[in-house]
Amino acid sequence: MLFTSYTFLLFLAVVLTACWLCPPRFRWRLTLAASVVFYAWLGWSSLAYLAVTVALAYVAGRLMGRLHAQREAFLSASADRPREERRAYSKRNEAARRRVLAACLTLILGALLAVKYTAWAVGGANALFGTGLAAPRLLMPMGVSFFTFQTAGYLIDVYRGAVKAERGAARLALFCSFFPQMVQGPISRWGDLSQTLFSADKINSGDFFAGIQRIVLGFFKKLVIADRLLAAVRTVTADPETYHGAYAALGILLYAVTLYADFTGGIDIALGAARAMGVRLAENFDRPFAAASAAEYWRRWHITMGTWFRDYLFYPLSASRPLTRLSRWARGKNAAAGRRVPVYAATLTVWLATGAWHGASWNFWVWGLANGLVIVLSEECAPLYKRFHARFGLGKTAAYRAFAVVRTFCLMSLIRSLDIYDGVGTTFRAIGSIVTRFDAGNVINGGFSALGLTAGDAAVAAGAVLVLLVWGRRGRDGTRETSAALQTALTLALLMVTLVFGAYGPGYDAGQFIYNRF
Amino acid sequence: MVRRMVLPVAAAAAFILLLAAVQRLLMPKYMDGVYEGRLVAEYYSEEKFHDVIFIGDCELYENVSPAALWEGFGIPSYIRGSAQQLVWQSYYLLEETLQYETPGVVVFSVLAMMYDTPQSEAYNRLHADGMRLSPQKLKTVGASMTEGEAWITYLLPLLRYHDRWRELSRADLAYFWGGRRVSHNGFMVRADVRPAGPMPVPPKLPDYRFGENAYAYLDKIADLCEQNGAVLLLVKAPSLYPHWYEPWDGQMAEYAAARGLEYLNLLALSDEIGLDFQTDTYNGGLHLNVWGAEKLSAYLGPFLRERYALPDRRGEDAALDARWAAKLAAYQAQKDAQRREIEEHGKIVTAFFAD
Repeated sequence: MLFTSYTFLLFLAVVLTACWLCPPRFRWRLTLAASVVFYAWLGWSSLAYLAVTVALAYVAGRLMGRLHAQREAFLSASADRPREERRAYSKRNEAARRRVLAACLTLILGALLAVKYTAWAVGGANALFGTGLAAPRLLMPMGVSFFTFQTAGYLIDVYRGAVKAERGAARLALFCSFFPQMVQGPISRWGDLSQTLFSADKINSGDFFAGIQRIVLGFFKKLVIADRLLAAVRTVTADPETYHGAYAALGILLYAVTLYADFTGGIDIALGAARAMGVRLAENFDRPFAAASAAEYWRRWHITMGTWFRDYLFYPLSASRPLTRLSRWARGKNAAAGRRVPVYAATLTVWLATGAWHGASWNFWVWGLANGLVIVLSEECAPLYKRFHARFGLGKTAAYRAFAVVRTFCLMSLIRSLDIYDGVGTTFRAIGSIVTRFDAGNVINGGFSALGLTAGDAAVAAGAVLVLLVWGRRGRDGTRETSAALQTALTLALLMVTLVFGAYGPGYDAGQFIYNRF
Repeated sequence: MVRRMVLPVAAAAAFILLLAAVQRLLMPKYMDGVYEGRLVAEYYSEEKFHDVIFIGDCELYENVSPAALWEGFGIPSYIRGSAQQLVWQSYYLLEETLQYETPGVVVFSVLAMMYDTPQSEAYNRLHADGMRLSPQKLKTVGASMTEGEAWITYLLPLLRYHDRWRELSRADLAYFWGGRRVSHNGFMVRADVRPAGPMPVPPKLPDYRFGENAYAYLDKIADLCEQNGAVLLLVKAPSLYPHWYEPWDGQMAEYAAARGLEYLNLLALSDEIGLDFQTDTYNGGLHLNVWGAEKLSAYLGPFLRERYALPDRRGEDAALDARWAAKLAAYQAQKDAQRREIEEHGKIVTAFFAD
């Protein structure tokens, strides 16, 4: 059930009406039923996969919860015992929890790895060894990366004692399967989401209308901007020999806009749908194209994924025994290096994992590595930049900030082009052609029409981007709260524009969100 | 409470009005080329009093002239047809028509029996977009949709036509408030002549049996007529193409006999009717022109009167006479206008409208 399908709109209308009408204390059960229907629509086998994931998480969570309780009971009952004995018990208890966590994570992350990587690995083995192994056709449930990570996050939080293990299997099932976030996130944390997901308060009408507004904004981004420009991006990337140089630059630029509109549009729909049901999901974006560095960009783009990797991989990795040893060894050579080496090693590992999470392709591995290297290099060069800025008085000027924003945008766009070209070599050749065979005349003469965009398409897309900029500014200025009449009028106007200028229906290959595949 | 509701209600009302206006602007007006898209809708503005309802595709709305049936025989009739109207579309359109009036005779064009499954969205649109919202419209859409079509786009056509902002023309503005009539009681006048030439060799078919779905709806049409006290007459119109195969003819004859109906193969009766495919067709034998349609009507009129004891309504009611006098005047005026344009330009240039 795609967000952009009439079926989903009908489904959402029914669910929102039912949520509004049903007694608040039953709302979460209704939401769970809706989530099951939503996922079952994608296929019974996908639902079964999800159910097994939830069941494993429930059992592991309860086991860890019981171990926590045993530890608490032991510590409170044995205050007079020797400290060493209490510490030894805690250690044994933690080791037992770790075993449960490791077993469950191995199963659910192993399954994720298997469904995402088996075909790729078999293909790689065939290419490498000349074998003719047939790749098994494994089920690839929609949004598997998202719900697996969300579930894994819950388990790690329970292991750490950051949250209590959920006693109700149905409640945990809802947390893992809440339908607005199933397709492309955001990746929620139990501690945040459970506060509103199981709320027995009546839905606030302000929340309801704010949710509807957010949904409309999401469809505007997806249908008017992303799906209109996607055809041009595909034209450029499908034939890099023809569309090189300036066309490649244009394609990469258009993809930046397309992906932003597509992904944030999908997230807006998810957040809006949840809010209209009285549930608050975490924000996933904070004007990423206003970032002045790669690190800042990643604090603003796909925030919930970034914080997931930070909290559940980067921090544990940085504090892990091998990296601690590495740090100690490096400190012996150079004190400053001793501080930086484990951070850099963890950073590169996290970015490789992030690339791997995105998909089974060398492009994503290189994408992850490129992001990691840029961040590490930026960090390493930071003192140099500081001296340079101080010497020329650049650091705090608006002009330099603007330069840094444009530089970051271009750099991230180039790295992002690994998403769209078929193969790492092709991507680098396309990027290289921007330098070696720019040939702006091609684009000037051929224009957008060569990319399948009419002048009308280009005008609509440009106008829509402008609307988006103004809309974003409205939000930042805090004017959103000024007038209900204005809000309503703007939302209805946006809806009308989406209905008329949206790229949907016959003649358009609309539908899937780009992030669905991750 | 009332004050709190004012804003949402006013906003919703304004939005719906704007939506309706934008939808009207963007929907095809069928005023510059494909005039058939107006046929189904024109019926609703008619006075609903007809002894004969013709139901079917272009083999009726381009071959039978209700004006000639009135002028010559006092039979008030209407053709409820659209391009490539499928059997189930005819059924639901007839069901809708019978809610407005009860004709004595229903004439159904059997060419549609050759289609057993939905065919094309374009023809579905020409048919269903003109229908008023009713259970029949919903059912006909449900039965006719091809792959990729969405039911909701027939309820809210803006969802289908939103992309027409690229191709808006003067006609979209000129006919925003409503188009001109293109038919005379469902009949489209063409006064030009293009003689029939050699027809393509009819392809051999793997199976000459009409489909089960088509038969099922033909049964429903027959039942519906029976329930409403109307006599059903099955006709094959005198059009040379698509080819009407012998086995098809046989099946229709058998069906009619089995159900106690009349079946007329008017193609086989072309000579008796006096049709000359060198002068009575405007597109090489596919459809008749107005002269051919008048000949066919001159044949059908006495047949309908005698076989089904239809009365001559002329002089029965002054209002009815007046209505038909106006219709005949418009009919004649369009024939004259087309004739003039053919004489001046060798073809019809603008005289496609019935008013």
